[in-house]
Amino acid sequence: MNAAGFPLLSLITFLPLAGAAIIMSVRGDEAVVARNARWTALWTSLIVFLLSLILWARFDQSSAAFQFVEKVSWLPEFGVGYHMGVDGISVLFVLLSTALTPICILASWEAIETRVREYMVAFLILETMMVGMFAALDFIVFYVFFEAVLIPMFLIIGVWGGARRVYAAFKFFLYTLLGSVLMLLAILYLWYNAGTTDIPQLFEYQVPRAAQTWIFFAFLASFAVKVPMWPVHTWLPDAHVEAPTAGSVILAGVLLKMGAYGFLRFTLPLLPEASAAFAPLIFVLSVVAVVYTSLVALAQEDMKKLIAYSSVAHMGIVTIGIFTFNQQGLAGALFTMLAHGVVSGALFLCVGVLYDRVHSREIQRYGGVAAIMPSYGLVFLFFTMASVGLPGLANFVGEFLVIVGAWRVNPWVAFGAALGMILGAAYMLYLYRRVSFGKVTREDLRALLDLRPREYAVFAPLILLTLWMGVYPQSFLSFFEASVANLVARHEAALGAARLAGIQ
Amino acid sequence: MFVGAIFFPLLGATISGFFGRWIGDKAAQWSTVICMVLAAICGVLAFAQVALGGDPTTVPIVTWMDVGGLEVSWALRYDTLSVVMVAMVTFISTLIHLYSVGYMSHDATPPRFFAYLSLFTFMMLMLVTADNLAQLFFGWEGVGLASYLLIGYWYDRESANRAAMKAFIVNRVGDVFFMLGLALTFHVFGSIEFSTIFSSVEAHAGDTFLGINAIELIGVLLFLGACGKSAQLGLHTWLPDAMEGPTPVSALIHAATMVTAGVFLVCRMSPVMEFAPTALAIVTIVGASTAFFAATIGCVQNDIKRVIAYSTCSQLGYMFFAAGVGAYQVAMFHLFTHAFFKALLFLGAGSVIHAMSDEQDIRRMGGIWTKIPVTYAVMWIGNLALAGIPFFAGYYSKDAILEAAFASHSGVGFYAFVLGLAAAFLTAFYSWRLLILTFHGAPRADRHTMEHVHESPLVMLVPLLLLAVGAVLTGYVFAPLFIGEHEHAFWNGSIFNAEHNHILHAMHEVPDWVPLAPTVMGVGGIALAYILYMAMPGLPARIAQTFSARPQMVQRLPLVPREGAEQRTEPDPGGLYGFLLKKWYFDELYDLIFVQPARRLATVFWKVGDARIIDGMPNGAADLAVQASRGAVRIQTGRVANYAFAMIIGLVVFVSLFLIGR
Repeated sequence: MNAAGFPLLSLITFLPLAGAAIIMSVRGDEAVVARNARWTALWTSLIVFLLSLILWARFDQSSAAFQFVEKVSWLPEFGVGYHMGVDGISVLFVLLSTALTPICILASWEAIETRVREYMVAFLILETMMVGMFAALDFIVFYVFFEAVLIPMFLIIGVWGGARRVYAAFKFFLYTLLGSVLMLLAILYLWYNAGTTDIPQLFEYQVPRAAQTWIFFAFLASFAVKVPMWPVHTWLPDAHVEAPTAGSVILAGVLLKMGAYGFLRFTLPLLPEASAAFAPLIFVLSVVAVVYTSLVALAQEDMKKLIAYSSVAHMGIVTIGIFTFNQQGLAGALFTMLAHGVVSGALFLCVGVLYDRVHSREIQRYGGVAAIMPSYGLVFLFFTMASVGLPGLANFVGEFLVIVGAWRVNPWVAFGAALGMILGAAYMLYLYRRVSFGKVTREDLRALLDLRPREYAVFAPLILLTLWMGVYPQSFLSFFEASVANLVARHEAALGAARLAGIQ
Repeated sequence: MFVGAIFFPLLGATISGFFGRWIGDKAAQWSTVICMVLAAICGVLAFAQVALGGDPTTVPIVTWMDVGGLEVSWALRYDTLSVVMVAMVTFISTLIHLYSVGYMSHDATPPRFFAYLSLFTFMMLMLVTADNLAQLFFGWEGVGLASYLLIGYWYDRESANRAAMKAFIVNRVGDVFFMLGLALTFHVFGSIEFSTIFSSVEAHAGDTFLGINAIELIGVLLFLGACGKSAQLGLHTWLPDAMEGPTPVSALIHAATMVTAGVFLVCRMSPVMEFAPTALAIVTIVGASTAFFAATIGCVQNDIKRVIAYSTCSQLGYMFFAAGVGAYQVAMFHLFTHAFFKALLFLGAGSVIHAMSDEQDIRRMGGIWTKIPVTYAVMWIGNLALAGIPFFAGYYSKDAILEAAFASHSGVGFYAFVLGLAAAFLTAFYSWRLLILTFHGAPRADRHTMEHVHESPLVMLVPLLLLAVGAVLTGYVFAPLFIGEHEHAFWNGSIFNAEHNHILHAMHEVPDWVPLAPTVMGVGGIALAYILYMAMPGLPARIAQTFSARPQMVQRLPLVPREGAEQRTEPDPGGLYGFLLKKWYFDELYDLIFVQPARRLATVFWKVGDARIIDGMPNGAADLAVQASRGAVRIQTGRVANYAFAMIIGLVVFVSLFLIGR
């Protein structure tokens, strides 16, 4: 798979750490250190991004197998190894992480003024953890990365966040940790019974039906918090509100995908029968999430909170798609994850632009911004429409596929997902109307400057990506087509075998 | 040529939208106009080749998505049905671009306006040339976006913002059903490409879904989607409010093109609809009800644009019930003629508004017909066409619709025929009410406004005159092609009539009084309007008071003078008059059963559900832990006596337990 025998994935994963080390080693007065840290972080993340483009170019789309595999035995007597590799499901998330990181660093260029060095180090460590998590092919390695992501994120919220940052950081940390502990127990069970934590090998192992239920709920506890699914979503709005802009972008863009990725990578292939049995539960929770959080979003007075709640609603679409177990649903879920990563990240950046200038997230504080900052108004509108799911922009494709997929399973679920279309339009347009339209009522807003070159540089790639994903989604869909087809086939085979066993 | 007709408008939108600031207002405007002219030339050429030459074609562009059997491509499907729309849309859009150059000359940001207008045209063209339901949905939502942007074009007005949002969200309600219909189509046919669907309808005619005939369900769902866009009864509430947008927008989007997308959809899906008789019956009933309902409201409205908006709503109802009785060709014909005379009426109204210094309330107009003779003349032509007076465009299409309804010989068809006739009477009545109140009688505007009344510049008059020509001639010229002896060759299979559907022949064989009835009704309506508003101008107010619960609240003149454009809500006098004036209370009803509960629910979910219950548990657990540890701290007093006491108690408990347990 890895033609050159070159550990590309490890390089992508750990290169940011090298960058972090360089930043740490710089001495001098504060301004020098800060400037140095910014540039080093930017260059490191850009190089990582360029390297990850090799993945894009050299990935064999026709194969569902893991590629760019690296395997080193670590604790051979326990069946634990350092095993990395990507398949169609994970490769684009690696790219999403490496693409969003430089954008985030650029977005925090001036917004972060204190402890710049530590901030940049935290971000680079975060990148390592994210990439490592998506590329890990050993359950223990996965778990380590999965948990370690929390630490830099905890610090980013807790140190550079807003007024209630400590409350938000602890809430975020405790919520997600609590779930993960149960997952650790499940992993121990699997290791104890299968004798390995190697993920491809685990796929061969058939978990007994009785155990599947318990493991399913242990995984659910961990992944549902990360997604987040209703009713364990309340950490997210708080975390988003308090996190600095770039923290929100990564949180929405990548961290929320970890839970859904967990469902796709572990729950579905390892626990086919339990997944099928509890799909209705997931559907109910997801539809509730879509309707409930959309309504809650409608009532918000804080821009970031509104977008945070909209994220929960969008992730509800994702979980619906995952548990349809058909190709449209799964591909739609994956696509929505990617699209949401780009679009909601961009929406948080939009909020950040205003926050940097006015230092308020309150919707009431604004009004008539489109007249003062026309370019910004256009960009914000663009992403608002993308979030609403306008065809031709990124989110639509995923939503569309999920609804088509869900219809094949249960039309009422599709209807529930489709209700999100109405409510989503309602809260996003209501937000946009209050912020951008209307008369300028506050005189101090008149002095606002339109987007600066740095901000154009932040938004340009996201705009291009959103258009590209909307108009020609095939270049992304083709990446995971084979893997999704394989997943569906395996799932059906496993269910078929179980049914046969039941008859005999 | 085929590609050019669609993409020139996009080019214009891009130039004006992104480079408008650098190249200046004039250049931006004219670049969009030039692009539109090019598109119109392509459109007409395409019409000649495809429709007149009988040479349909599909231009593939690129795959959009391909997921597990679901294949969707970007492609331009050119058959007669779509090319009729392409030619009509590009032609009318060009005229409206031209008109806007004059109308928007005092505006602050014309490049933005023209970019939106061109973007709209592009989306509309994508809609009509779609090769599959998903691309149609792309255009469908795209025109929704453009309409949202243009209704809210003057975004410093609160009412405009509210109207824009309402339009988008109400449309979204329809879109949900469209989306579900799309999902069901894929479920049944395994494809959403038109050619695949159409060729396998018969094979799937017996399929059921949830115990319902699947084809019927598809028909109903798609029709509900069409209701949103075409403002049919129940989902019509956004259209009158959409008049907050600049008048050229009302003409192009909310009269001539976008709102007809629903009718187009039903006609496009004719091969499916033909196998869904129940769905067609629903289409007929809803269409006929809308035609009547909107006409009744049109009779009492006082805003010149709202009257025409309700008339649009009503005419769309006609188109729907024509399609509902199986006469899709007739529906398309009315769509086509309607586009000309309704655009004409709106642009004429715009010219009036322009002349009256932005006054829109017909109670403040009157006595201006000598001052703006050209506008007056074209308004006459538009209204004659709308009322279906012989030899104007509307006469041919509206007569044909009513004949088809009569000829269908079904219960719903007769229902449609009766309501259609009644609506024809009302249509003529409100048209002449509008005409007389606007142009005749004593001037009711203030002196300052009256002194400024002036005819519009040439750039606005030329489109008006061209549309007037269309409103006179399109019926006569195109009737043989659309619904007459050449219809079969003209449509060339792009509209499907099932074997048992002979409506197009039957409609020519109705009793002699049927074709005459609409004309009689129209003339009757005109006569009544003349009597009430010209001959006895005091009478309408007295009638209004008679039919009100609170007669003192009947307003002969608007409460808030011109500056109050923001606040146009009128007091509710109650009774029948109030019922009509307040538009059958639909807005109030929806506010009561959807908007208010949603808001209340949102707050409850947030403040109680999230903050108290869901967050309450972990926060409560945290508090509990803190309190428990505080309690534990209190035990650690540091006094030996206390510890000793605790030890003795513990010992006693253990010993007794031991003794009892043994």
